[in-house]
Amino acid sequence: MPEQLPGLKDALALGLTEAEYQLVCEKQGSPPNQVELAMYSLLWSEHCAYKHSKKLLATLPTEGPAVVMGPGENAGAVDVGDGLICAFKVESHNHPSAVEPFQGAATGVGGILRDIFAIGARPIAVLDSLRFGEIEQSERSRYLLEHAVAGIGHYGNSIGVPTVGGEVYFEAAYEQNCLVNARALGLGPREQLMRSAAAGVGNVVLIYGASTGRDGIGGASVLASAELGEADDDKRPTVQVGDPFEEKKLMECSLELLELGLIVSLQDLGAAGLTSSACEMASKGEVGIDLEVRKVPLREADMEPFEIMVSESQERMLCVIEPSDVDAVRAICDKWEVSSAAIGEVTDTRLMRIFSNGELVGEMPVEALVDDCPIYDLAPQRPSEPLYPPPLARLDGSEDLAAALLALVGSPNVASRRPLFEQYDSIVQSRTVRRPEQADAAVLALPNGTALAVSIDGNGRRVAADPYRGTLGVVLECASNLACVGAHPLGTTNNLNFGNPGKPHVAWQLSEAVRAIAEACTALEAPIVGGNVSLYNEGASGPIYPTPVIGMVGLLPDATRAGRLGFVEEGEAIALVGPFQPSLAASELSKLRGEQLPTELPEVDLEAVRDAQVAVRGAVRDGLIDSAHDIAEGGVATALVECALAGAIGAAIEIDPGGDAWEACFGEAPGGFICCGHPTALAQLGERTKVTVIGKVGGERLEIDLGSEKIELGLDQLRQRHRALGAVFQ
Amino acid sequence: MKTGILRFPGSCDELDAQLAAQMVGETVMLWHGDRDLQDVDAVIVPGGFSYGDYLRAGAIARFSPVMESVIEFARDGGLVLGICNGFQVLCEAGLLPGALLPNANRRFTFRQVELEVVEGDTKFTSACPPGELLSIPAKHGSGRFYADEATLDQLEAGGQVVVRYRPEQNFNGSLRDIAGVRNAAGNVFGLMPHPEHAVDALTGSTDGLRIFESMRSATQGAYA
Repeated sequence: MPEQLPGLKDALALGLTEAEYQLVCEKQGSPPNQVELAMYSLLWSEHCAYKHSKKLLATLPTEGPAVVMGPGENAGAVDVGDGLICAFKVESHNHPSAVEPFQGAATGVGGILRDIFAIGARPIAVLDSLRFGEIEQSERSRYLLEHAVAGIGHYGNSIGVPTVGGEVYFEAAYEQNCLVNARALGLGPREQLMRSAAAGVGNVVLIYGASTGRDGIGGASVLASAELGEADDDKRPTVQVGDPFEEKKLMECSLELLELGLIVSLQDLGAAGLTSSACEMASKGEVGIDLEVRKVPLREADMEPFEIMVSESQERMLCVIEPSDVDAVRAICDKWEVSSAAIGEVTDTRLMRIFSNGELVGEMPVEALVDDCPIYDLAPQRPSEPLYPPPLARLDGSEDLAAALLALVGSPNVASRRPLFEQYDSIVQSRTVRRPEQADAAVLALPNGTALAVSIDGNGRRVAADPYRGTLGVVLECASNLACVGAHPLGTTNNLNFGNPGKPHVAWQLSEAVRAIAEACTALEAPIVGGNVSLYNEGASGPIYPTPVIGMVGLLPDATRAGRLGFVEEGEAIALVGPFQPSLAASELSKLRGEQLPTELPEVDLEAVRDAQVAVRGAVRDGLIDSAHDIAEGGVATALVECALAGAIGAAIEIDPGGDAWEACFGEAPGGFICCGHPTALAQLGERTKVTVIGKVGGERLEIDLGSEKIELGLDQLRQRHRALGAVFQ
Repeated sequence: MKTGILRFPGSCDELDAQLAAQMVGETVMLWHGDRDLQDVDAVIVPGGFSYGDYLRAGAIARFSPVMESVIEFARDGGLVLGICNGFQVLCEAGLLPGALLPNANRRFTFRQVELEVVEGDTKFTSACPPGELLSIPAKHGSGRFYADEATLDQLEAGGQVVVRYRPEQNFNGSLRDIAGVRNAAGNVFGLMPHPEHAVDALTGSTDGLRIFESMRSATQGAYA
């Protein structure tokens, strides 16, 4: 059959550069055909090849005593004791969510869950990290928020995996390009840990799960262009649609197959579909794979071979099994009413060969596809001009401290997240010891009486002001949240959400952020076990705030001693703990005042903050203190409000403001905690880190006496303001 | 007591129900495609999304092979507890009166709610002192209990309203604050909140355990 070969123009339309296209021709020995070009363009994309971030990612620490599986697999994993591992990973679904927030967010959750059970762990928790434009001004951002949250809930709730935590912030820089990062954790026996490397020449490649349709045919859709003579409207990509019921069956089916030891290697089908999954498996196993596309269960019978290879239909898995196990595997699939088909074979050719009804329609060296994509150096340059316009001012400077505190407590970045997390099932699987707003980190009980702690954090504004110090702060905040429940970090995952890395200032943000992650994770002994990079997050008005999102998993020796954030008992002492040096630079208050971002943040003493975390963690574990809360957005005063509202009890505080009452109340920095407990207990804590007793728990009001000025607010009034986000979801 | 817990492909809280039932006896999982109830003393229809529930919660599950047996088991006086999706399935199956409509706020909502035990002398609440308040989590998208006025009057008169939401706790808009009802014979009980998620102080509260303890007492007479 004569075939009209695609050319350079098609390659450019698919996102390859001219040099990359020439290299493909060289690797192939001739210009690639339609199937081959489609596959190269996907595997050589930023998403699959990490071509602008690979060198930076290589600088991250990835080894530690608890690490069982590091970066490169479907998810990372750490040892949590008693033969169990915790698998976890975060991934972005930013662009799909900006187009269709409900399905974009839902399929983001679906994709990350598959990554977890692909390595043999049962998903036990979901968290999410979200960024939108200013919901007070932007109707579009309110729409995105409402539907993204509904999509996350729809998927997680329906599949029986609790959504135990997350974070959300609103900044104008995300108006055009929202961020939806989903993170999942799984638990499984260490000996069931599964890798994705294909193995065993002659073994069968089997696809199972949903059938394959034309949904989510990404860049490849342009292949159906006039130049190829195939101007067919029905080849337009459609948005991927998630089906949590299908995924639920897929998950139970996969876990049963793994438990029975019927699987040699396993991989989910995510971005770039069958292309990415099959090539990754062949590459890691140093083998070849032959695939017959006509055996793939299809939704539409007339799909082209390249469409089958690049489809991003959801809820599908690819596995390698021994030929003698095909019937047993298919029987389990039938039990769960999951369709399955043997579609290929592992070969020793080191080639990906694609057949359609027995006819060879594509043949590529695996190494060329997976390893030979050019890797680019960044050209970072610190910008000389501010990159972001100042935020809209909400405060005019005439307010007193109490009015400013009320404004902060009711601002979208500080207000209670209850209207969001109430849409999520956070308790299914009977493991949730600390639910949202009960503590700084979610706590999940393990069978042996210990518990996992998990937190996810980011702060785009502070990173935008100072990518290096801002990112140090993000990593430290995540570890501080673990410390507040009594956990030490075992491992870290990260999602690097940035703009176009080809722009020198974005390259600079990215390089500085990665430098900080490497340094902080090393200091905290919290190695990176996996992650995701999402670049090109830009709208017409410029890049997003650089947003590295950090997610840690920690361990507490005794689940019954998990810390809480709320004040507990009348009469207890309240202390400001840690080497806290508050500053209004890039703070939430400075945003409400409409101030331009500063060009740097104050220096961070990594070791001092780490030591404070160790001290707080120890005090929680020993049952020495009754509450612990990390001071973050909105400073000490806001943290006190949060402790009071969580415990439904007031406090009387006296703070010596030193120079500036505003800075003392609302300044931000890493390394500060609000703890409450018996005075002697706090004195004991003072032997391990800096402790200043600032007041007492009690009453129905929060009083903060700063000498010359005083804040006095009733809890009811504060609670009312704290519920501000409810209006978005009324 | 041997409790059978149904397992549909979209069940989510079946293992939680098993954990709770194990605190008062032995358990066995009952697959949706099997008719054999394996000589259980009680059945729990658990929470979740039975067959995806894209049509209407519980609408397909009531036709499953296992439910055919459960319907027969219930008609013979067997003890059946439906939680959340299980309650929806039992209503669809005609074993319980009324229907569960989408929440008044039209959203899936998770909240720890306070329930008042209206009837303390049932097979499912005998371990609760009269007027007892239970703190139990609820989480669902379709939990608004609905029945026509005449049926509601009849349920109240016949002591079939077993648990009610306390004031300001009825987030789903259930008529007359009804959180759970039993059948006229008293051997089938369904409720939207999740007692199986309130059996361990570590994860919240132990108030839900009373329901399972009551079931154990109810079966002891017959099977001791």
